[in-house]
Amino acid sequence: MLSTKEKELIAQIWERLTPVAEDIGSDALLRMFASYPGTKTYFSHLDISARSAHLLSHGKKIVLAIAEGARDISQLTVTLAPLQTLHAYQLRIDPTNFKLFSHCMLVTLACHMGDDFTPVAHAAIDKYLSAFAAVLAEKYR
Amino acid sequence: MVKWTDQERSTVRAVWEQINIDEVGPEALARVLIVYPWTERYFGSLGELFTASAVLNNAKVAAHGRVVLRALDEAVKNMDNIEDTYAALSQLHYEKLHVDPDNFRLLADCITITVACKLRSAMGPQVQATWQKFLSAVVDALQSQYH
Repeated sequence: MLSTKEKELIAQIWERLTPVAEDIGSDALLRMFASYPGTKTYFSHLDISARSAHLLSHGKKIVLAIAEGARDISQLTVTLAPLQTLHAYQLRIDPTNFKLFSHCMLVTLACHMGDDFTPVAHAAIDKYLSAFAAVLAEKYR
Repeated sequence: MVKWTDQERSTVRAVWEQINIDEVGPEALARVLIVYPWTERYFGSLGELFTASAVLNNAKVAAHGRVVLRALDEAVKNMDNIEDTYAALSQLHYEKLHVDPDNFRLLADCITITVACKLRSAMGPQVQATWQKFLSAVVDALQSQYH
């Protein structure tokens, strides 16, 4: 459950991350690949080395989608409808991986924001990313 | 028994050396109580935990956070034998404290994130991976006496 204050905080934070979407996204992905090598299996068709064009563009895509959802969290199912279909019928990423990615995104944000990544911000974003992942997996079955 | 490369040993030690227990302990415990409020079930004796600021200003939370982080020092000093090192603590958490081991993972994640806030760019992907491998070994050791 997200309070109004939390939704505002989340929207603010992701708005500020949009200009550095590439850096944030690729950092989170690299962390996930390093800590959870099994996740690399979904990317065997891409070059996911640090600073590669694929990694940067993919990281950017993910962060921009998260930021877009953050603009109006109450509309998450509508906003994510196309991505729901993509993940359910084409990508078919096991949803456990969403948790792994979310954790790495939190670490990326902690490194990026330092003490500005307060426990309250941490809680709000963790809740948001959980909701995002749940909506993303809704069409799976 | 977990195998460690020399690189991994020095990474864990290097991270540990940069951690101020008096700062990270209280914050990591505060984070777990704020981000995962159901963990409060284990901390009835700590008093006011209803709001984030209550948790953050709670001296008992801070003191307990320091206790938990200090215990990690034993694991850093005994990386080749974390399981034996924590056998007694594992028994305590199972038989007396009745803690669901999933909570160890939640606290481990909060410790990692707190450390990341302090270390920032010094906690790159490889360092994070190694540090998490270390905390996983600690979490496994804390479960070892559950039966």
